[in-house]
Amino acid sequence: MAVSQMIGASIKRREDPQLVTGSGRFVDDLPQNAVLHLHVVRSSEPHARILAIDTIRAKEADGVVAIFTGKELREEFQAPLPVTVTFVPEKAYPEQYPIATDKVHYVGEPVALVVALSRAAAQDAAERIEVRYQALPAVTDVEKAIQKDAPVIHESLGSNLSYDVKRAGGDIEAAFKEAEVTISQRLQQQRLIPIAIETRGVVADYKPFANSLTLWSSTQIPHFVKVWLAVILGIPESQVRVIAPDVGGGFGSKIRVFPEEVLTALASRRLGRPVKWIEDREENMRATHHGRSQIWDVEIAAKRDGTVLGLRLTQWLDLGAYCSQFGTFMSLGLLVAPGPYRLAAIDGRLVGVFTNRTPTDAYRGAGRPEATYVIERVMDLVAQETGMDPADVRRRNLVTGAEQPYTSLFGFTFDSGDYVAGLERALQVAGYDDLRRRQSEARKQGRYLGIGLASYLEICGLGPAAPTQANTGVSLWGMGVVRLHFTGKATAITGSSPHGQGHETTFAQVVSAVLGIPVADVDVVHGDTGIGPMGMNTYGSRSTALDASAVHISATRVREKARKIAAHLLEAAEDDVVYEDGKAFVKGSPAKSVTIQELAMAAFQTNRLPAGMEGGLEATTFFDPTNFVWPFGTHVAVVEVDPETGKVSIERYVALDDCGTRINPMVVDGQIHGGIAQGIGQALFEEGVYGEDGQLRTGTLVDYLVPSAADLPFFQLEETITPSPVNPLGAKGIGEAGTIASTAALMNAVVDALQPFGVKDVPMPASPAKLWQLMHRNGGRKG
Amino acid sequence: MIPAAFDYVAPRSLPEAVADLVKHGSEAKVLAGGHSLIPLMKLRLSTPSFLVDIGRIQDLSYIREADSHIALGALTTHHEIEFSELVKARLPLLQQAAAQIGDAQVRNRGTIGGAAAHADPNGDFPTCLLALDAELIAVGPRGERSIKAQDFFVDTFTSALEPAEILREIRIPRPPSASSGTYLKFSRRSQDWAIVAVAAQVSLREGRVERVAIGLTGMGPRPLRAAAAERALTGKAVAPDALREASAQAADGTQPPEDLNGSPEYRRHLAAVLTRRALEAITGSK
Repeated sequence: MAVSQMIGASIKRREDPQLVTGSGRFVDDLPQNAVLHLHVVRSSEPHARILAIDTIRAKEADGVVAIFTGKELREEFQAPLPVTVTFVPEKAYPEQYPIATDKVHYVGEPVALVVALSRAAAQDAAERIEVRYQALPAVTDVEKAIQKDAPVIHESLGSNLSYDVKRAGGDIEAAFKEAEVTISQRLQQQRLIPIAIETRGVVADYKPFANSLTLWSSTQIPHFVKVWLAVILGIPESQVRVIAPDVGGGFGSKIRVFPEEVLTALASRRLGRPVKWIEDREENMRATHHGRSQIWDVEIAAKRDGTVLGLRLTQWLDLGAYCSQFGTFMSLGLLVAPGPYRLAAIDGRLVGVFTNRTPTDAYRGAGRPEATYVIERVMDLVAQETGMDPADVRRRNLVTGAEQPYTSLFGFTFDSGDYVAGLERALQVAGYDDLRRRQSEARKQGRYLGIGLASYLEICGLGPAAPTQANTGVSLWGMGVVRLHFTGKATAITGSSPHGQGHETTFAQVVSAVLGIPVADVDVVHGDTGIGPMGMNTYGSRSTALDASAVHISATRVREKARKIAAHLLEAAEDDVVYEDGKAFVKGSPAKSVTIQELAMAAFQTNRLPAGMEGGLEATTFFDPTNFVWPFGTHVAVVEVDPETGKVSIERYVALDDCGTRINPMVVDGQIHGGIAQGIGQALFEEGVYGEDGQLRTGTLVDYLVPSAADLPFFQLEETITPSPVNPLGAKGIGEAGTIASTAALMNAVVDALQPFGVKDVPMPASPAKLWQLMHRNGGRKG
Repeated sequence: MIPAAFDYVAPRSLPEAVADLVKHGSEAKVLAGGHSLIPLMKLRLSTPSFLVDIGRIQDLSYIREADSHIALGALTTHHEIEFSELVKARLPLLQQAAAQIGDAQVRNRGTIGGAAAHADPNGDFPTCLLALDAELIAVGPRGERSIKAQDFFVDTFTSALEPAEILREIRIPRPPSASSGTYLKFSRRSQDWAIVAVAAQVSLREGRVERVAIGLTGMGPRPLRAAAAERALTGKAVAPDALREASAQAADGTQPPEDLNGSPEYRRHLAAVLTRRALEAITGSK
C-alpha cells in the first residue's frame, strides 16, 4: 500500500503484539530498585467522626517502614485537590484533601497509610490498625439528602445542596401553550462503576537533594497531574515529571488527579525512597470514582403530529461525598439535550447534591449518554402517546442536511452531517418495516420483540480553547510535535495520552501519509511530561480531532520545509517542486528526485541548506479548532423479552456511525464495539447499589455485572462519512459514540417489547426480575 | 486482595494428606482446583493457616464406568466432564451442568470434588449430584466411608465431611436406558452463578414416568429436591398438562433467599418455569 493512502488504511495496531503476549509495561511492571509498597487504609464507614487511630500494633508488624495518618500529613498539602468549573460556576463545595483527618464521608475514603517492604506485609500491618469511629447517620438518596432534617455531610456548607440553578433557552411557556400532548416521566441513570481492566497504580520516586519528583501513574491526564502535584506538594513544576506508561483502560475513571497520586508522592518524599501503590479490585470498586448516578425529571410538550415543542428538564446529580475534579461535567447533558433535533425551548434545572457515597465523575460519554437517553426516550414516549411510529417521530424532528450548519437553542453550532440520511440508512439496513411486521406477528403468538432506535448527536473533540475555557475553566487545544531525525526516521510527540485507543498506530499513519515514509519509521511518543510541550491529555473523544490534527499540521510544516530544501538542491523554483510519496522533484521530472531521507540529512548539513535557513526538520503545533466536532448516527437494537422469566435476548444490533474521516477503520470499529458493549452493560446489567447503611452492596465483580463477549450479540456496523470542516483531517470523535447511542437504543427496544403490558418506562438496568414484575403486575398483558 | 499468610504442603498420597489434616486440625483447608477457596482467601473471608494441596496426588482424576455406577475421581475437572463422551451419553445432565460453570479458565481448573466439598448452595454440581442420587466416597483417619448426596450437603458452605476427611470419588448410579436428564440454568450473564437452576432426570416406562428426580439450585441454603413435583409426576402418563401441574409445585416447601437478582417470589416462579421447561425438553412433550 502506498504510504500516501495510509489515512483510511485498516492496518493492525502496532501496540497489540506486545500487549497480547503479556509484554506490556504497566505501572506494576516497571523495574524499580528498592521500592517500598504503600497500602491505603480506607474508611469502613460512610459517615463518621474519627475519634482515634491506633497504629502502635501495626508499627511493630514485620516489614513495616512507616505509618502515616491524615493528621500527620495535613500540613504538607499546600492546596486541596482541584475542582474545575465544568458548567456550574455557582456550585458550593468543600475542599477535598487526599486523606481524611477528622471525619470520613464515604466508604473507601483514605484514613491512613502503611508503607512496608512488600505489598503483603503492608496489608497484614493494615489489619492491625484500629480506627475508632463515632458513626453519624448516612445519606444515600439524593432527594432525602436535601430534606430539611437530613444529616449534613459537610458542616461548612450548611446543607447537602451544592447548587440548584436554571439553564433555559427558548420560550417554554409558548411551547406548553401550543402543546396538544404533554407527558411527564422520571428517567433514572443508575450509578455505574467504571472497571478499567487495569486498576489504578502509582510509582513515585522523589529525589531529596534535587527536590525532584518522577511519578508513573495509570492515568489519562499526566500533564494535568504534573501541574497539580507541583501545586499541592510545593515542588517546582520544572522538577516534576509524570509518565503514563501502558495504561489498561480509563473510560473516565482516570481523568482526575487521584488522592493516591499525591499520597504516594508524599510517602516517597517523607521516606526518600521510591514508593509503589497498586490498587486492588476491591479498592477499585469503592475508591475510584463512579459514574452517572442521576435522575432526570422530564415534561414534554408535543403536537399530535409528533413535533416536540419543548422540554422541562431537571437533572438531579449525585455528586457523592465530594465534588470531584470534573464532578459537574455531566451538567453538559442539559445543554446538549436537544440532540440532533429541532427543539424550540428547554426550561432546565440543574441540582447537585452530596451523599455519603463514592464521588462521581466522568464515565465514558459523561453527560452525553444521559442526554441521548433523555431525548431518545422522549421521542419514543411521544410515539407511544400519539400512536405514531418511533421512526416517523424522529423524521419529524431531526435537523435536516439543508439546515446545516444548524445552531441549537443553547448556541452550539453543529459542524456537518445529514442526520436524516443516517437514520434512513440504518432503518434500511436493519430492515425496519419487516421488523415491525415480525413484531406484530410475534405478539399474536405471545412472543415479545422490541425494536429500539437511537439517533444521537455527540459534542466532542474538546477544545476549542475559548468555549472550553469559558465552560470548564481549562483551555483545551491539540498539541503535536513532528521531528525528522538525521536518517529520515520520525518521532511524533502528542499531547494526548492514550490508554487503549491505538494512537501509536493511527498517529503514525497520519505522519506516514503526510511525509511519505513507512509507518514503521514513525515513533509515536505520548504520556510523558518530560518530553515535549504541555498537552491536554485524553478524554472526551478529543485525540484524533485535536492532537492527530496538530500532528498532521506539524508534519505538513516539516514537509513544506523539506520541499524548500529540495528546491535548493534541485536548483529549481520552490513553486515548481512537488512532493509525492516521500520524494521531491521538479514537476514533470520525477526521475530526478530527492528522497525525504536525503532531505532530512541535508537539513542538518549547512553546505546543503539554502542560505539563511535554520537547520533541522521539526515543527510544534498547538492546534485550536474553530468548533467542536459532532459525530452522529442511528443505532437499531432488536430484542426479545421472555414473558416467563423477564430475560432479554438481543437478537440484532445495527450501528450506523458517522465520525467523519476514519484514519484506521479497524481501530474505529474496535472503539464502536467496546462502546456498544459498555452501553449495553448499563442498559441490562450494571448497577452500583448501596444499602441504606451506606455500604456498597456490589463491591465485587460477582455482584457488579460487567457483560462479557458471550452476553453480547454480533454488531453490524455501518457508516456514512461526512468530514468535519473544523480540522485538517476531517475527523470527528469515536471513543464514546457507541456508549452514547447503545444504552438508549437497547432501552427503547426493551420498553417497546413491553408495550402490550402497558409499560412506558423501565428503570435501568433491565434485569429479568424487574421486567418479569413489570409484565405481570396488575394482571399482565393489556393489549 | 492478598491472602493472609499461610503454610502449604503438597502431599503425594491420600494417607499423607489425611495425616496433614489430622495434624493441623481446623486450621487446615484442602486445596483442589482453588477456584472457590482462593478468591475467598484473597478477600480474607477465609484465613486458613495451612493449605493441603491435593493436586499432586496421582489417580484422582478419572471417569470410569462400573457395573452399577459411573465413578468420577474427585480431581476430575469441569472441562473433562464437559468433554467426556461417556458422561455425555450416560449423564447428559452432568455434562450440561459442567458446560455452564463459570468460564473456560474456571472449567479448566475447577474440580467436581472441590465443587461438592465447597457445598455452595448456588453451585451447579451439588444439585446435579443430589438429583442423580450420587454417593460420595470420603477418606479420613478412620478409613473410607460412603455418604449419600442427600446427607452430604448440610448447609451453606457446609458438607458432611469431617475436618480431616477428603473426598476421593463420586459414584453416580447408572441410569436405566430409558432415562434422560437436563440441567437448565438461569442467570443474568453466561458466566454467573445460577439465580435458579433445575437438574431433572426422568425415567420412562411405557409412556409413563417411572421415576423423576428434580434438583433445585439457589432455592435455599443447600441444594434441594422438588419433592412435591416429583410425587405429582411419578406414575403419570407423559402429557403437557401433567408436566405443567407437577412443575407448578416445584418450589413447594422452599424458602429461597432475597438478593439483588430477585425476590423469593421470583425465584419460586423461576423454579416452576425451569422445571416445566426441563421436563418438556427431556420428554419432548409440550
